[in-house]
Amino acid sequence: MSENRDLFQPATTAPLPHDEADPEAPATGKPRTIMATESVGKYFPVGTGWFGRGGRWLRAVDGVSLRVRRGETTGLVGESGCGKSTLGRLMLRLLDPTFGRVIFDGRDVTRSTQRELRPLRRRMQIIFQDPYSSLNPRMTVREIVGEAIRIHKLAKTRGDEEARIAELLEQVGMRPDAMDRYPHEFSGGQRQRIGIARALAVQPEFIVCDEPISALDVSIQAQIVNLLIELQERLGLAYLFVSHDLKIVEHVSHRVAVMYLGKIVEQGPAGVLYAEARHPYTRALLAAAPQADPQRKRVHLVLEGDVPSPMDPPTGCAFHPRCPRIVKGTCEKEVPSLDETARGTGHRVACWNPHTE
Amino acid sequence: MVDTPLLRVRDLVTSFRTDTGTLRAVDQVSFDVPRAATVALVGESGCGKSVTAYSILRLVASPPGRIESGAIELEGRDLLQLPERQMQAVRGNEVSMIFQEPMTSLNPVYTVGWQIMEAIRLHRKTSRRQARARTVELLGLVGLPEPATQVEAYPHQLSGGQRQRVMIAMALACEPKLLVADEPTTALDVTIQAQILELLRELQQRLAMSILLITHDLRVVAENAREVVVMYAGRVVESAPVSALFARPMHPYTRGLLESVPRGKPTAQRRLRTIEGMVPDLRALPPGCRFADRCPLRIDRCVLEEPPVAEVAPGRLSRCWRAEDVQPQAAS
Repeated sequence: MSENRDLFQPATTAPLPHDEADPEAPATGKPRTIMATESVGKYFPVGTGWFGRGGRWLRAVDGVSLRVRRGETTGLVGESGCGKSTLGRLMLRLLDPTFGRVIFDGRDVTRSTQRELRPLRRRMQIIFQDPYSSLNPRMTVREIVGEAIRIHKLAKTRGDEEARIAELLEQVGMRPDAMDRYPHEFSGGQRQRIGIARALAVQPEFIVCDEPISALDVSIQAQIVNLLIELQERLGLAYLFVSHDLKIVEHVSHRVAVMYLGKIVEQGPAGVLYAEARHPYTRALLAAAPQADPQRKRVHLVLEGDVPSPMDPPTGCAFHPRCPRIVKGTCEKEVPSLDETARGTGHRVACWNPHTE
Repeated sequence: MVDTPLLRVRDLVTSFRTDTGTLRAVDQVSFDVPRAATVALVGESGCGKSVTAYSILRLVASPPGRIESGAIELEGRDLLQLPERQMQAVRGNEVSMIFQEPMTSLNPVYTVGWQIMEAIRLHRKTSRRQARARTVELLGLVGLPEPATQVEAYPHQLSGGQRQRVMIAMALACEPKLLVADEPTTALDVTIQAQILELLRELQQRLAMSILLITHDLRVVAENAREVVVMYAGRVVESAPVSALFARPMHPYTRGLLESVPRGKPTAQRRLRTIEGMVPDLRALPPGCRFADRCPLRIDRCVLEEPPVAEVAPGRLSRCWRAEDVQPQAAS
């Protein structure tokens, strides 16, 4: 990876480290931020030539600075291919960053070896989108949830382990008699609960929820969202909540970041971002999301065209070919930086011609 | 003629044989699709909405599936009585279908133009040239950029949204009277979903086509349908004009569905209302109402006796003993 670091520079200098001052230090004396990235990037090689030369690079994540605070949820929204899942995996060090830094609980883990990471892995977990493919069909629920307990030696005796598994199942709203059954015996919603129990087994502080409800039925989505909120309140968990559903993200998040082609285009406190979206892309996403209201006047603000390929992103602001507010001569040429709309608001937008009201 | 619906589905029963017994995926389902209007068939996975759609086109794989009884009348003609040969002339011609996953429903080894031309030439006696000209015209109609060039494209060269446009072009090739759209935007991003829904609305107006929109997403229904039919565990539990249904659901399941979708500003507690529990196993259905064990309005009668479908208001049907007691949903 190190050679890559020299090869690539972030296309923009993202603001370092973040903006919004940490107003009150928490009573625990720990830093308020549990997870932060600093101008982190991930380029994947595609179509390599001889010895990997002459190939092209897919810029999945391109200089993102984002943080997640203890006990809070940072929502990450964007369309498929925008890099939101890759960013989640960079935070967990499941992928090695091409450049930039990953800071977990005040400690730079960007270059940590797998061995160094092991004790930290306990403290960060992930919940996947598809509860069908993310549980081993040959393992019982007891084995699935108990595996991490055993690996991290979190139970002294078999009895302790069993009691802990039962407790975890209860926490996610399942009966302990589910323990000796296999994943296929459960519905999608229950499987997602098992996935959550597995993540909780090691008592993590930070969880990446990667589209945790998009594969579920509507009535079950609400159950899982409520469960995640409840667990957050009870256990003080911090979430990175990755989703393409803006409405759900508004519900679960304290802070929200909107990604487009590997970059954050707008971020801020959830209430502010939804009420006063400044970036044309954020506005377009909000307008495109269907609403459960037949009386709503249909907004004809439909974005033209598709998301461009991250292998060949547009010059300047990556959104400019689809942007209704393009400033000719600027947007195609220069990358806008992610600047605060007003000092201290924590609301940032990367746009040459943002909406003002 | 104006008042007769284009499609009338009556008492449709479609069952599937499984290792552990036969189940009725669609059980006594009836509804109408008016001319040049959109009816949404709504429900969660396993409620029977897709099987209903496949039954209309007689595309249910048999075995294990079987259309047991009922009638599906297209302009008064019962499709279930037609010999397979005649049914082939209906499919893709009078009634077409688009599917959720446009990648798996297009053939990867032929160009999209070839596939659309095949659909045209199957139903219409036209020369290759005419079919090709029509194909380019159709691709333009569905808003594919540079249709004259894209006609030579293979499915993998197109984006998801573009593939869905191709599927729509193919479905429209013979100007069907009815388009059955099975979750047409579920696999797409929101901005692309908005584009496709807008396209369907435009095409409907232009071609005076009826659409049966199958979806699990009530938000999509709100802006795109005139009538809504809600299904649960193989049954129709409620049907109503769209604004009436959203203003005042008259089945507790519909109400629950509406409430599980966040609306307006999140509250301080950030909790969503939910429908507790799960859909019953279709192989072991309760004797009473199928929604009873999840229903907040349950009374003893619900557990013992299944309610019939009843007209609870003009143009509104509900299958609930307490339809009158369902309160309009709370704000939030």
